[in-house]
Amino acid sequence: MKKKKVKKKIIDNVNNRQQTHQPLCIREMEFPIKSTVDKYQLLPAFLKVRGLVKQHIDSFNYFINCEIKKIIHATGNEKVTSDVDPNFYLKYLDIFVGEPCVEQDYIYEPITPHQCRLRDMTYAAPISVDVEYTRGREIVVRRGKEGKQEGALVIGRMPLMLRSCRCVLSGKNEAQLAKAGECPLDPGGYFVVKGTEKVILIQEQLSKNRIIIDTDSSGNVAASVTSSTHERKSKTNIIVKHERIFLRHNTFSDDVPIVVVLKAMGMESDQEIVQMVGRDPKYAGILAPSLQECSALGIHTQQQALEYLGVKKLLSCLYTGLLGVLQVDEARDILATVVLAHVPVHQFEFRPKCIYIAVIIRKMLEAMLNTDAVDDKDYVGNKRLELAGQLLALLFEDLFKRMNGELKKSVDMTLAKANRSTQFDIAKCIRPDFLSNGLEHAISSGNWTVKRFKMDRKGVTQVVSRLSFIAALGHMTRITSQFEKTRKVSGPRALQPSQWGMLCPCDTPEGEACGLVKNLALMTHVTTDEEEGPLIALCTTLGVEDLSMLSGEELHSQHTYIVFFNGIILGVHRRPQRFAETLRKLRRAGKIGEFVSIHVNPGQHSIHIASDGGRVCRPLVIADNGVSRIKEHHMKELKDGFRTFDDFLREGLVEYLDVNEENNSLIALYEADATPATTHIEIEPFTILGVCAGLIPYPHHNQSPRNTYQCAMGKQAMGNIAYNQLHRIDTLLYLLVYPQRPLLTTKTIELVGYDKLGAGQNATVAVMSYSGYDIEDAIVMNKASLDRGFGRCIVLKKSVTALKKYNNRTADRIVAPDMNTSAKGGVQVAPRHQIQDRDGIAAVGEMIRPGDIYINKQSPINTRDNVMNPQAMPDSAYKRTPQTYKGPPGECAVVDKVLLTSNDENHFIVKCLIRHTRRPEVGDKFSSRHGQKGVCGTIVQQEDFPFSERGICPDLIMNPHGFPSRMTVGKMIELLGGKAGVMSGRFHYGSAFGEPSGHADTVSAISETLVNHGFSYSGKDFIYSGITGYPLQAYIFMGPVYYQKLKHMVLDKMHARARGPRVVLTRQPTEGRSREGGLRLGEMERDCLIAYGASMMILERLMISSDQFQIQVCTKCGMMGYYNHKLKIALCTYCKSGENMATMKLPYACKLLFQELQSMNILPRLQLSEA
Amino acid sequence: MEMDDLPKGELPPHLELQRTRVVCAADAPSYTESVQYSGAYMAYDVDNSLRMEDFRKNFRVEIKSLNEDDIEFDLIGIDAALANAFRRILIAEVPTVAIEKVYIANNTSVIQDEVLAHRLGLVPIKADPRLFDYKTDEEIANEKNTIVFKLDVECTHMGERVKNASDQLKWLPAGSEMPPDSKTKFTSFGCSQDSLPAFTSEAIASRYPDIVLAKLRPGQAIEIEAHAVKGIGKTHAKWSPVATAKYRMLPEVVLLEDIEGDLADELVRTCPVNVFDIEDMGPGERRATVARPRDCTLCRECVRGDGWDKRVQLRRVKEHFIFSIESTGALPPEVLFTESIKILTEKCQRILTELL
Repeated sequence: MKKKKVKKKIIDNVNNRQQTHQPLCIREMEFPIKSTVDKYQLLPAFLKVRGLVKQHIDSFNYFINCEIKKIIHATGNEKVTSDVDPNFYLKYLDIFVGEPCVEQDYIYEPITPHQCRLRDMTYAAPISVDVEYTRGREIVVRRGKEGKQEGALVIGRMPLMLRSCRCVLSGKNEAQLAKAGECPLDPGGYFVVKGTEKVILIQEQLSKNRIIIDTDSSGNVAASVTSSTHERKSKTNIIVKHERIFLRHNTFSDDVPIVVVLKAMGMESDQEIVQMVGRDPKYAGILAPSLQECSALGIHTQQQALEYLGVKKLLSCLYTGLLGVLQVDEARDILATVVLAHVPVHQFEFRPKCIYIAVIIRKMLEAMLNTDAVDDKDYVGNKRLELAGQLLALLFEDLFKRMNGELKKSVDMTLAKANRSTQFDIAKCIRPDFLSNGLEHAISSGNWTVKRFKMDRKGVTQVVSRLSFIAALGHMTRITSQFEKTRKVSGPRALQPSQWGMLCPCDTPEGEACGLVKNLALMTHVTTDEEEGPLIALCTTLGVEDLSMLSGEELHSQHTYIVFFNGIILGVHRRPQRFAETLRKLRRAGKIGEFVSIHVNPGQHSIHIASDGGRVCRPLVIADNGVSRIKEHHMKELKDGFRTFDDFLREGLVEYLDVNEENNSLIALYEADATPATTHIEIEPFTILGVCAGLIPYPHHNQSPRNTYQCAMGKQAMGNIAYNQLHRIDTLLYLLVYPQRPLLTTKTIELVGYDKLGAGQNATVAVMSYSGYDIEDAIVMNKASLDRGFGRCIVLKKSVTALKKYNNRTADRIVAPDMNTSAKGGVQVAPRHQIQDRDGIAAVGEMIRPGDIYINKQSPINTRDNVMNPQAMPDSAYKRTPQTYKGPPGECAVVDKVLLTSNDENHFIVKCLIRHTRRPEVGDKFSSRHGQKGVCGTIVQQEDFPFSERGICPDLIMNPHGFPSRMTVGKMIELLGGKAGVMSGRFHYGSAFGEPSGHADTVSAISETLVNHGFSYSGKDFIYSGITGYPLQAYIFMGPVYYQKLKHMVLDKMHARARGPRVVLTRQPTEGRSREGGLRLGEMERDCLIAYGASMMILERLMISSDQFQIQVCTKCGMMGYYNHKLKIALCTYCKSGENMATMKLPYACKLLFQELQSMNILPRLQLSEA
Repeated sequence: MEMDDLPKGELPPHLELQRTRVVCAADAPSYTESVQYSGAYMAYDVDNSLRMEDFRKNFRVEIKSLNEDDIEFDLIGIDAALANAFRRILIAEVPTVAIEKVYIANNTSVIQDEVLAHRLGLVPIKADPRLFDYKTDEEIANEKNTIVFKLDVECTHMGERVKNASDQLKWLPAGSEMPPDSKTKFTSFGCSQDSLPAFTSEAIASRYPDIVLAKLRPGQAIEIEAHAVKGIGKTHAKWSPVATAKYRMLPEVVLLEDIEGDLADELVRTCPVNVFDIEDMGPGERRATVARPRDCTLCRECVRGDGWDKRVQLRRVKEHFIFSIESTGALPPEVLFTESIKILTEKCQRILTELL
């Protein structure tokens, strides 16, 4: 009742307003939109402007357009000078990343990403700089024209992100993309380095430059600030030890009392310190011991404090040996630039830093008094995501600095020489390889090492998984945490409530990385840095009182709020709500950046304004008094194409909120739930899920781990990879022959394009028990379905052969297929060479069997010594090094493609793609979209399969025991919906949480459709047994379910061996399937045999069938002898006689051990006794 | 024990119901199987054994509909085991001719060789399998066991994208033309197939002309030869002569009590396939009747609600099968059924000879 009243009130309000102000006709238009169905259109509009991997591309674009310029203009980077010649300088004026191209025979040619993939090249563009430098006495300026590289100096090549602003693919339409060999549905956001696609994973880390109050292991409150500026990164901790407060920093050898630090910064009066922290006796009481300690140390003045700190600091190499006054200066310098480096100190004006420390202390004291004030480290608002752009910027700056260092070295070297023959031109000293190789190597290996910041990360990049379209897409949204995987803590792994709408709650791997690897939700955006200057100026004009004018008293008075801007204290404001509102209004009006967040924290009496990069945010509809700002006519305009998502943003109908600002708002899921206090309304509830979880129909009806399992399995499903899949030459490619789009779709499926690049087939599933070959989730398959193409897949495997060039100017070569002369005298192609063309390379379309030679390659025998005429060496100078096909025995594959090309090092390479088409067999793995995987248990003839009254025969039978414990109700609804969809000829929807908004068909509506088509409402049919012909004594739940074929196939895994290869060293059977190895009888199995007493069995398994060896033993000295075949006697080399020799059998490994022991002067003697 | 009140020689109604009907309740069907044992009803002095003369007397076939591809007929007075045997034979054992070997001279289309061959295999071919012999692997292809088709299409450079449909499969009655540069071809036909009397009137071709085999872009071409042989559905579904063969038991809808007035309206309304009708019983009095029980799809809507299972009972008549066959086109459906009977008799004969 209560609820209803409120709702009515709102409507009344609206009506009143309209009646008074608006004419009648507009009244209807002004009416708030009723259902959320209409608002859905915002989503495709959003994805159109932002794209699915926009965060990567935005970040990279920002790096290439802005950050890179900031880097070269940063102090210390901008100029290269010489210690030798004070007149010499090289100044960088501008930097520009050009168009992707490749140098071939001194000609620059534009390249496309697909060429790079095929030719194993790097998709990169030249980085050119405008420079000014001295050449002798003249000043030379080299400047590119309007961003063109001619005239400018090329300093290296920057790998380009696909679909970034410099990529040839940006802004292209579908036809142009097709011409470039690219799939229009491919999201981009990755790099092509040496032919492999590499994605720089999003890195999650704790916010920089923010105060984080935490408790340490002993339960004491501790504050930590990770300062990060362009020049320096440092971590400052303020800790509590024995009830006193200390500052801990790695420039100081020991914890230093905080009061000493404050005094060193010029806050000499204890009163001032107390006032700064807060005059309230409860704070002063806690602070007292710290103050006492300081006075106990006898430190009262700034000079004394600095002297104390000077002693405590670690010896730095710069000032070693100097004492006294200098140490004080040094301490002051450290305080100014290293401790809390992000707080700017101009000309040793320490006041802002003092206040900053005071604020930290106050926060700590508050946390001591009230444990709620402790910050949550796992809170998403305290996290920043580091994207490709930021990571590359770090790397680039480091490489750039090192390059300048090298440059300076070479300048000093040359200029130091007294008489030079030619004028020194620094432009000729620049080696573009250094930057290019540095960037390329980092991306291809994933090792990010920046020595300056002591950063050494591994596995930053990954090869884009092209197992399926979704796998690739999901890879672009993946976030890894810097957290250690082995630690057993639940906090960072747990699902945070603040992840809502930002990170997908389902998509995380199982096992050790569970909860540490996350995925972005559908509408998440990650911010990039924004210009700070204008925003600070704006804050001041809006009434932020500057810090320097304030006393400690004013800082903490009841009504003042401290204004933080990107972690730095700007000042205070007395009317925080009004200030925040004004800022938000400005943001909605587009006067300040849309990603600036304003967050009022009444508990801490602070306002946080953030414009830094790496925050996650998402768009929300703004509501006034609980009424959505988006009206019917807005959506109509959007639908008609008069409006874009940006218009909504510009007009202040929609805005981006980050996690912190979300805490200042009340967000309603639907309009209907809105109350007058509501400030925002969600655009679509299903956007809290990511790309992978978005494929699941009715995920909100499933047990949650099932959705997580499906997120992992969706990436292993075979299907279509991209529109250009048949033009790609990947190491391993799995394709489905007849992929289908799911009968039961979701809105996410349509948005990401899974309906165009599906990975599965709609199988008619009967849920019943059949044959006993369906236990433990096994499925029974219909042979006729398999005959007709169900689950048929193509496996394409690549093999690359590079024709090596050797140092002695010889090279590998490919020769015509070998010929055999038959008995009759005719010449025939040798049996294993028959698939080759006359050029010695396999012909496309030929069937290839294991053992066939597909490239008849030869290598020179001598690759070291110089050869007289490398081009005309005799055949005898070559040895055969043919490429032999190794595939599953008995199977026959086809040569799909042969590519002859050269890579960017001008090596001739031959890529062969070998195709194998497989039909499902017993043991192949299948799964539905609900985390219900199972292997094929048996394949049954169609006539033995049950059939319905309509003659429908299922494609597969699933055991009903899969349901009760898994609780995948979503799968049951999918079956019902699929059945209704087939009958009514309409794709049904099952979007997450979609029932209220009409994005998911309700079960009742589906049941009604079923009944109208003569089916039972429950989806259960009257079934006849195909074996007996009688009806079954139960109605069977039967209908279509989208099934995925997973990449795990028996053919790739089955392995058995009777006899086979052995390891040379130990003569034991090899290990592993790939080496045709034996199956190990391990320790535990051995224990079983011992316990059973099967001694002969042990002997047989461990010695006779493994590495039995016969040796001659001298019974006298106990050493091993040998058998002389000439004399036909056994001899002992130690006793020099053939007497007393005995023959025995032992494992070869044992004999090896004895000999190895002997080689290190340990003599094992064998003492034999009569058996 | 004497039970005088029980009539001799016939079963009590509930047992008779169990013997002859499947009762399809809302939750599950019951009495689905038939009683095989001849002495099952000995106590009632009823002989349950199967007798030839009874079978002859009771067995009937009524053809309900028949056209080129489909047939629906009633098999009355036969056990499910037998009806099922026909169904199984139709699906798996009646032979047809299907493409088994594809020789690919050129294929530059996007569709892979194996996939194209697989698709070709599934194309139904209108050729009477009875005129052909089975071909073993060792046998050389001849005019009695192989039909040769050719597909030679190209999309010219200036042209549009072309669809490649099954009507472009050309029959080569004289046998294989491959390999082109060799005298010994893949087949050795004694005579041209079109000289055989069975094929003079009509050329062998795909049953449907519009099955898409491949799509070609300008510049792409396909040149292949396909050899069709006789086989059965058990080895591969492509040889199955039916799209499906199925049967259902004759539906029987029984109103256990008179349903009148609004209840009757409700009953008529609930049934999506209009099994029930309303009978006017005079002014304002309406009674539901079962008008079209044959249409019942067993959606169980009429027995779903409260108390409805007391009013309506859905049943299936056990020894009455509505059999339907959808032919893929090689043979007309009625011929298929007679073929299946022949195969079954052959099998019985074989058992008999082996038993004796």
